[in-house]
Amino acid sequence: MTPAVYNRHKGVHATPQPPFELIEHTADAGIVAHGATLAELFQNAAAGMFSLMVAPETVRNDVRREITVEARDVEGLVVAWLAELLFYVDAEELLFGRFDVSRIDEQHITATAFGEPINRERHELRLGVKAVTRHMLDLSHEEDGYRATVLFDI
Amino acid sequence: MTDWKRTLEKVDDQRWLLPQEYRQGMRVPGLIFASEELLDVIGQDEAIEQVANVAFLPGIVRYSLAMPDIHWGYGFPIGGVAAMREDGGVISPGGVGFDINCGTRVLRTDLTEEEVRPHVKELLDQIFRDIPAGVGGHGLVRAGRADLDDVLRRGAQWALDQGYAWPEDIESIESRGALSGADPNKVSDKAKSRGSPQLGTLGSGNHFLEVQVIDEVYWPEAAAAMGVTGPGQVIVFIHCGSRGLGHQVCQDYLDVMEVAAARYDIELPDKQLACAPISSDEGRDYFAAMTAAANFAFANRQLITHWTREIFERVLGRRAREDMGMHLVYDVAHNIAKMERHQVNGHEMNLCVHRKGATRAFAPGHHDIPARYQKIGQPVLVPGDMARYSYIAAGTKQAMAETWGSSCHGAGRVRGRNQARRLLKGVDVAQRMADQGIYVRVQNPRLLAEEASEAYKDVALVIDVLHEAGIADKVCRMRPIGVVKG
Repeated sequence: MTPAVYNRHKGVHATPQPPFELIEHTADAGIVAHGATLAELFQNAAAGMFSLMVAPETVRNDVRREITVEARDVEGLVVAWLAELLFYVDAEELLFGRFDVSRIDEQHITATAFGEPINRERHELRLGVKAVTRHMLDLSHEEDGYRATVLFDI
Repeated sequence: MTDWKRTLEKVDDQRWLLPQEYRQGMRVPGLIFASEELLDVIGQDEAIEQVANVAFLPGIVRYSLAMPDIHWGYGFPIGGVAAMREDGGVISPGGVGFDINCGTRVLRTDLTEEEVRPHVKELLDQIFRDIPAGVGGHGLVRAGRADLDDVLRRGAQWALDQGYAWPEDIESIESRGALSGADPNKVSDKAKSRGSPQLGTLGSGNHFLEVQVIDEVYWPEAAAAMGVTGPGQVIVFIHCGSRGLGHQVCQDYLDVMEVAAARYDIELPDKQLACAPISSDEGRDYFAAMTAAANFAFANRQLITHWTREIFERVLGRRAREDMGMHLVYDVAHNIAKMERHQVNGHEMNLCVHRKGATRAFAPGHHDIPARYQKIGQPVLVPGDMARYSYIAAGTKQAMAETWGSSCHGAGRVRGRNQARRLLKGVDVAQRMADQGIYVRVQNPRLLAEEASEAYKDVALVIDVLHEAGIADKVCRMRPIGVVKG
């Protein structure tokens, strides 16, 4: 599957990066997310995770949830952020399609997630993501921006 | 890629030893159950490295064990078994997995394939409506907080009190469907919020409910004890776990354990093996929470059983107990850590047995298995892929002696999801299954290619290794006629 390619920072990079790519593991699935900034990286990682669960174009942005999480380090933060979003999938049966990070540093993130309740008729549902793992977890800062690899338990 | 056949020492046709000297820091050797053919498949990913990693854990006794269905997991390989001594040993959420007490259960019936076939579509369509599978979807009951705490404490026993079980069901569940030591207060509010809408749901991925037909009986006496009469008999096979509640418990305690491992100076070859001494506060808290999540899973499978019986009654117009004999054969966990007594060098010891993608397989005569299985051993329920076959086996004395009474849990994947989709591009998997006489209901049609036979090892090869090794004795084989998948 080819992820939808867009890049808000077109022109900034010599080679525009897709927001995320899907990667594969024998039993499970994962993403490599890119971002010019940490905020963009976290937004794209969330979009990537939700694209495993649902076709993004079928999700409306009717409801919003304010999300604040913290962790000991930036890798822990990406796990905590994605795990927090997953919480709403089970507890409130919500799917998210848009993410606005308002504040972020290596240990804290404050963001708004936009989405809507799961609609089994209208949403093109894909895989259930059980959990965010630390397997092959990697977050790095390269010259053209940030990059995060995250595997999910499916 | 490591040439494992050079590194491993072949013990016999089913056993391979990973020497303790393979990596400095291993406290015990590894022991892998596999045929030469399966070893070629197993050796393709990092699963054997993970067998070595597990051998580093403090308190591990005798071997880091691997079943023939092992594949690469998080921390432990999936298909890994490790026992830690209570005194000085550790407990690790990575040795249980995210889906705590993911497990299987089989219901027998008096129905024949001929009787059921004309109704398979109606049965499965109704099951698909009432027992949600896939992303989202809540069960027919929504437990309030007080109820949920009761579920966490009492598991299937709670379901019995609420009218969702037959009294005799309880006897046929591992540990009678209610593990002691569960403490709902050690389960976060978040985990409870995730779990409360999900009682009575299958979940997604490889979880399923299948209507199957007995295909072949290998051991008639054991089959009879299980209520299996012979080829053509219909049974129901269920595979699911503790849903979001268990996933959140694991996620919560992975964080706790990461800090704990540093605090107790436990050196780990992989962060995901984060663990704490069994007797530490962190170890005890995790055990209490994990056990509570396991009880949730026993209740979950019991509710699914209840609605399955109701649906069969409605569709077939017969009574579940009196006319269809829909008794529970057994229910067994395959993602769990339990405190058990085992023989070590002639002494009985308390051990914390981690089974990550491995099924308990207690021997004949063990006090913790139902009276009717005392002569044959505990039923071991082993699902294959959705289009081939599944097995029932029985635990053995050899399993007690060698694997802490543990066996395999399934076929194990051999291809990734995208890989399977690419391979089956243009193949209508539902139609192919229909041609085989299997009706399938799935939320996400893409999942069919990802879960097709090509994505899995042949479970027959897995079960044959364990049968020949004397770890589990084959009882019967089933083939599916109806499949509900996440």
